[in-house]
Amino acid sequence: MTAPLVSTPLERRHALSDPVQQLDRMLEIRHFEDRIKDLFGQGLIHGTTHTCQGQEAVSIGLALAARPTDHVCCTYRGHGHALALGMTPDSVLGEITGRVTGTIGGVGGSMHLSERSVGLMPTSAIVGAGIPIAAGAALTAQVLGQDHCAVALFGDGATNIGAFHEGLNLAAIWRLPVVFVCENNVYGEYSRFDTTTPVEDLAVRATSYGMPSEIVDGQVIGDVEASIGRALDRARAGDGPTLIECKTYRYSGHSRADAATYRPAGELDAWLERDPITLHRRSLVAAGVLDDAAADRLAADVHSRVEDCIERTMASEPAGVASMFRHVRSTSAPTKGN
Amino acid sequence: MKLRMRQAIARAIADEMRVDPTVIVMGEDIAAAEGPFKTSEGLLEEFGPLRVRDTPISEMGFTGAAVGAAATGLKPIVEIMFVEFLGVALDMVVTEAAKLRYLSGGSYTAPLVVRASVGAGLGFGAQHSQTLETWMYACPGLKLVVPSGAASAYGLVRSAIRDEDPVIVLEPRVLYAEREETVVGEEGIIPLGVANLVTTGADVTIVALGQTVGTAVAAAKGAGWTADIIDLRTLVPWDRERVCESVERTGRLVLVEESPYSGGWGTEIAAHIAGESFHALRAPVVRFTCPDVPVPYPAHLEQRYLPSADDVRAGIDELIAGGRRPRPWWEKEGYAS
Repeated sequence: MTAPLVSTPLERRHALSDPVQQLDRMLEIRHFEDRIKDLFGQGLIHGTTHTCQGQEAVSIGLALAARPTDHVCCTYRGHGHALALGMTPDSVLGEITGRVTGTIGGVGGSMHLSERSVGLMPTSAIVGAGIPIAAGAALTAQVLGQDHCAVALFGDGATNIGAFHEGLNLAAIWRLPVVFVCENNVYGEYSRFDTTTPVEDLAVRATSYGMPSEIVDGQVIGDVEASIGRALDRARAGDGPTLIECKTYRYSGHSRADAATYRPAGELDAWLERDPITLHRRSLVAAGVLDDAAADRLAADVHSRVEDCIERTMASEPAGVASMFRHVRSTSAPTKGN
Repeated sequence: MKLRMRQAIARAIADEMRVDPTVIVMGEDIAAAEGPFKTSEGLLEEFGPLRVRDTPISEMGFTGAAVGAAATGLKPIVEIMFVEFLGVALDMVVTEAAKLRYLSGGSYTAPLVVRASVGAGLGFGAQHSQTLETWMYACPGLKLVVPSGAASAYGLVRSAIRDEDPVIVLEPRVLYAEREETVVGEEGIIPLGVANLVTTGADVTIVALGQTVGTAVAAAKGAGWTADIIDLRTLVPWDRERVCESVERTGRLVLVEESPYSGGWGTEIAAHIAGESFHALRAPVVRFTCPDVPVPYPAHLEQRYLPSADDVRAGIDELIAGGRRPRPWWEKEGYAS
């Protein structure tokens, strides 16, 4: 078992400017989540989890476009966002496994990740809740005259909840510096989005708010980064919010309880043809940035890093009783123990 | 100075906005129109549209925005016109704001204030006359206060704005126009969690909240007993020490609540005192509440719905004389609810 990498979340964030690191991080997210599913399967993790395999390019594109000082509101399907934005695998896995090493000491679990140093606000387990909250974070920047923006990440399912309408409307009338990024991964919980949503492109909903929108290939890092980057530029210039729809795909079911048997035959295979990690690796090899052997070595390194993280985490201390009494309210500072 | 409760609230907000540039106000018709109940009079003129904002009719949207703003450096005050409208925004209060500190290990906090008008007495009918503190009083992470007049409104609102946690202020609508001698400035600030001993007496402790403080005071006037009347002021966290100390002296506890009997806020206090001060009790704990029905519209029924001073006085007479819990009026009159 090796010691954890000493990189801080902010260092991990800055490292992403290197395209090879982008591949490294996508592999990290993928393998991390594959192993999370294994650990759940083995009964080593309690509760539930929601994985984002297939959507890694959106997370990386977001992390590249946003500044660490921007406020990002993500969801319960947040491992990818969190790792991309800079959270360390140890703090994410520690949280998922209820260990003291977790980002909030293990009392939150898989759905509640946060890291203020890179702008990741507490992820919410309520569909759509982050949308008005992101508008509010943008309001702070507007009122205090700061240069910060806010970004809300949410799925296709969230575009049918009231918070989406109210949040986008409020952001539009107040011209708030916020970007709404919808990861259309085709499924809202167990339902294909065409059975719950009467339009094919969710981006069209922006017209209701007089708001610009873009549709992006969510499997390509550069496309996502460029689109969110343009929207952030507009927001910082005082031109208000944007809705971005990233077309992507969720390889797994909604949560660990869902085997996703409802998918039409061939759908998953078609999306696997456009796997974001494969696409990025190919582009790096084609550009001569690294060859196949180097890419394989990178993947092997990432795997062993994640395995080390798992080993360290499973050997670390479970959250103590005192931790559940902490941070409930301002006067609940702990007086003893962990 | 003598202020109406609505003026005291506007004054408290203005006084905090002057000393803290991060305080902002949002709500429906609170800026240009100065609030449907005139609780934001003068704010737009003094502080401008960046900090005093009219919102769409969109409680989830602007309450959620307040959570995000609070997490990132502002101290937003949200006005909910009628507390019922919080129903569509409850997620933001109970599930987001109340959990933000916990779910970030203290690295984010939600210092926001949600003010809402509550209660019966003005003929607004079943969907605009509830108090609904029970929606929020059992939610760790929130604080909840209820003023009983201009002075407590001024003091509690200022403390609520300064507090680092989300604070719900439920303002009895029927009291907005009532005048009361009010200390303003720093001396007028009332700490959260501290009840007010309105009168002292020997025979009974009456705990009241919001508009029932007036009911309790009226009930004690000319009665054949004397009471400690405690204006709870803060429901979460409530002042256990003050109530226990009083009951240990008087030996009797009476609660006067403006809310349906079942599950009302008094149940928490009754249960705690029954456990903690059982040895001191010389009579059963009694709750005067509303019946388990929606608030009726006509004035005479609305008054019957609310606990009355006459009922409280007669009930305490009965309690002291017979040592038994007086049955609620609706039971005596054969209405099983």
